[in-house]
Amino acid sequence: MYKYNDFDTAFVAERNAQFRAQVERRIDGSLTEDEFKPLRLMNGLYLQLHAYMLRVAVPYGSLNSAQMTQLALLAEKWDKGYGHFTTRQNIQFNWPKLSDVPDMLDALAEVGMHAIQTSGNTIRNVTSDHFAGAAADEIEDPRPVAELIRQWSTDHPEFQFMGRKFKIAVGAAAKDRAVLKAHDLAVRIVKNDAGEIGYQILVGGGLGRTPMIGKVINDFLPRADLLPYIESVVSVWNQIGRRDNKYKARIKITVHEHGIDDIRARVDARFALIRPTFTGADQDLLAEIKTYFVAPNFRSGGTETYDTVYKADPVFRAWADTNLAEHRHNDHAIVTISIKKHGATPGDASAEQMRVMADLAAQFGYDELRISHEQNVILPHVHKSDLPAMHAKLKAHGLGTANIGLISDIIACPGMDYCALATARAIPVAQQIATRFDELKLEHDIGHLQIKISGCINACGHHHVAHIGILGLDRAGVENYQITLGGDATWSATIGERAGPGFAYDEIVPAVERIVGTYLEVRDNAEETFLDTFRRVGMAPFKAALYPEAIKKVA
Amino acid sequence: MARAFTPKVITANALIEGDVIYLTFDDQWSRELSQAELITDEAHAQLRLLEAQSQAGEVVGAYLADAIDGPNGPEPTHFREEFRRTGPSNYAHGKQEAEANV
Repeated sequence: MYKYNDFDTAFVAERNAQFRAQVERRIDGSLTEDEFKPLRLMNGLYLQLHAYMLRVAVPYGSLNSAQMTQLALLAEKWDKGYGHFTTRQNIQFNWPKLSDVPDMLDALAEVGMHAIQTSGNTIRNVTSDHFAGAAADEIEDPRPVAELIRQWSTDHPEFQFMGRKFKIAVGAAAKDRAVLKAHDLAVRIVKNDAGEIGYQILVGGGLGRTPMIGKVINDFLPRADLLPYIESVVSVWNQIGRRDNKYKARIKITVHEHGIDDIRARVDARFALIRPTFTGADQDLLAEIKTYFVAPNFRSGGTETYDTVYKADPVFRAWADTNLAEHRHNDHAIVTISIKKHGATPGDASAEQMRVMADLAAQFGYDELRISHEQNVILPHVHKSDLPAMHAKLKAHGLGTANIGLISDIIACPGMDYCALATARAIPVAQQIATRFDELKLEHDIGHLQIKISGCINACGHHHVAHIGILGLDRAGVENYQITLGGDATWSATIGERAGPGFAYDEIVPAVERIVGTYLEVRDNAEETFLDTFRRVGMAPFKAALYPEAIKKVA
Repeated sequence: MARAFTPKVITANALIEGDVIYLTFDDQWSRELSQAELITDEAHAQLRLLEAQSQAGEVVGAYLADAIDGPNGPEPTHFREEFRRTGPSNYAHGKQEAEANV
C-alpha cells in the first residue's frame, strides 16, 4: 500500500484547510451557491435529492484496515451508519451535513484519504483490477502505475478545468476485470515478443448516452514514455474536445469525430514536443512507489482445514465455489465478500460490516482490502486454512452471501432514491430481482449472469456492458425500464442490444424472469452461459418471450 | 400558443442539511409539501421564486415544481417530486426517519 509522504500529507492538509474556510464563507453568506458549487465539487461534495453526498476516493480500489475502520467511523459519526461502494471503486456517504464535511475530510486525512477530484471536470480517481497484486493471470501488480498516474494527475495545473471529466483505468492481467474498454483512457500493461514490459494504450471508450468501446492508440509504449504520452492524449483532447455541447465533450466523441488516426497523429506531435521535459524524475518516483507495493510475506502451511470443511459443510462449499478466485499462490485464495445480500441495497455496507471486514483483513488478509467496480469488497490474500473461520465471521454479519457473478450480484447506481440526475429508481429494482431469484432457488443453476442497472442515461450502473442491462427512464411522467441484452464488460467488450420497448416499474422483474426462463430453455447445456447462449441464438427467442403480443399481431 | 400555467410550489434544499424544503405562504421554509404555498398565478410565481433565490444563506437551488391542490394541501404531480417529499425507498431515512421519531 502506498503511504503518504510529507508532501502528500501537507498537500491534503492545505486543501482541507482551504475547503474549511470556503464552507465557513458559504455558511456566513460571503459566498453564493454559484461561487461555492465548483469549490465543493472539487472536493467531492455533491448536493443530491435529499441531502449532500460526499464521494471519497479509494485510489484504484485499494484500502488497508485502518482506512476501512475510519470509513466506518465516518458512517457512524456523520452519516446514517452506512456507506455506499460505487462502480468507480469509491465510497459515497449519502447524508452528511455541510457544516460537518470539513471534519469528515480531516478524519479522512488522518488515514491518508481524501475526496479531491472525485467530481468536476478533472482527471478522476484512477481505477484498476480489484484482484491486482493477487491474480494468477497478471504480468505485474498494476497499482504502482495507477499510483504514479494518481500523483501526476492530482492538481495537475493543465487539467483542472477541462471540457468534461476524464477517467483512466489500469490493468495488467490476461482477463480484464476493470472494464478497460469503457474508459476515456486505459493503460494495459503488456509484454512484447522480446519479453519487454510496456503499455498498450486505449482511448475513447465510455458508456453514457453515446456508448463507445475504446480503441488502441498505441500498441506498445516503452515504460519511460507513459506519463508524457498520457499527458499528450489529455492535452490534445483538452484543446480540440468540444466545449459547445456537454453531451459531446468526452474524448470518445473527439475520437469518433476526428478518427483514431488523426488523434494518434496529433498525440504523436504533442508527445514529440513534451517528451524531452520528462527527464526521469517520473521513473525515479515509479521505482520508489513500487517499494510500497511489494507483495506481503505470504505464510506457508497446509490447507487440510480448508479441504475438510469444504467436503463437510455444503454452505461453506457453495460460498467457496462462487466467492473465491485463484490466487497466484496455490495455498492462498482471493476472497470476494458479497455486498449484495438478497434484498439489500447493492454496494451498501454498514459501519459494523466495514469494521468486520477491516478486522478480518488485519487478522487474515495481510491488512489489504479492495473495492471492486462491481460494488463488492475483496480480501486479496487469504491463506486457505483461514477461510472457514473467516466465512463463519462473515456469515454472522450478513456478509456470507454466496452469489459472486450470479444473477443477484447486481450492479445498481443510486438512481432516483438519491441522485439528482436520475430519471428513475435503480435500487428497488435490484432488490426485487435478487429477492425473486433467491425465492426461485434458481441462481446457481442459472450460473454466470450479470445484471447492471442505471437510473439514467449517464450509465453509472454500466447497463450497456451487462449481460442483461436495465436503464430506467422517465417516459411521460412514469418510470420506464429499457432492457439491453448481450453486453460484455471484459476484454471482449460489447455494447448490449436493445430488446424493444421499455417496461413499467411493476413489469420489469417479470420481464427479467421471462428472459432468464428463455435462457434456461434454449441453452445447450448447463455449461453454456447466458452470454454464450445469447451470442449463439441472438435476440429472437428473448424478444418473443418479452413481447408475446407483438408476435401475435404479426401472426 | 404559450402553454397554460399550471400550479406550482417553490422548493429547494436547506443549506446545511440539504433537506428538501418548501416555501410557505408566510415566507417560512417547511419540510412538508402540504405546508407549501400553492401558486396559481404565473407572475406571482416568478416573484416568489426571485424572493426564494435571494435567500442564499438558507437555501440552495430554489425552483418551481408542479403541484396540485389536494385535500391536505399541495401534492406532487411527478414521481420525482413524490420521492423528494418522501425520501429514499430503500431505507426509512430522511423525512421518514424524522416522522418515525415523532
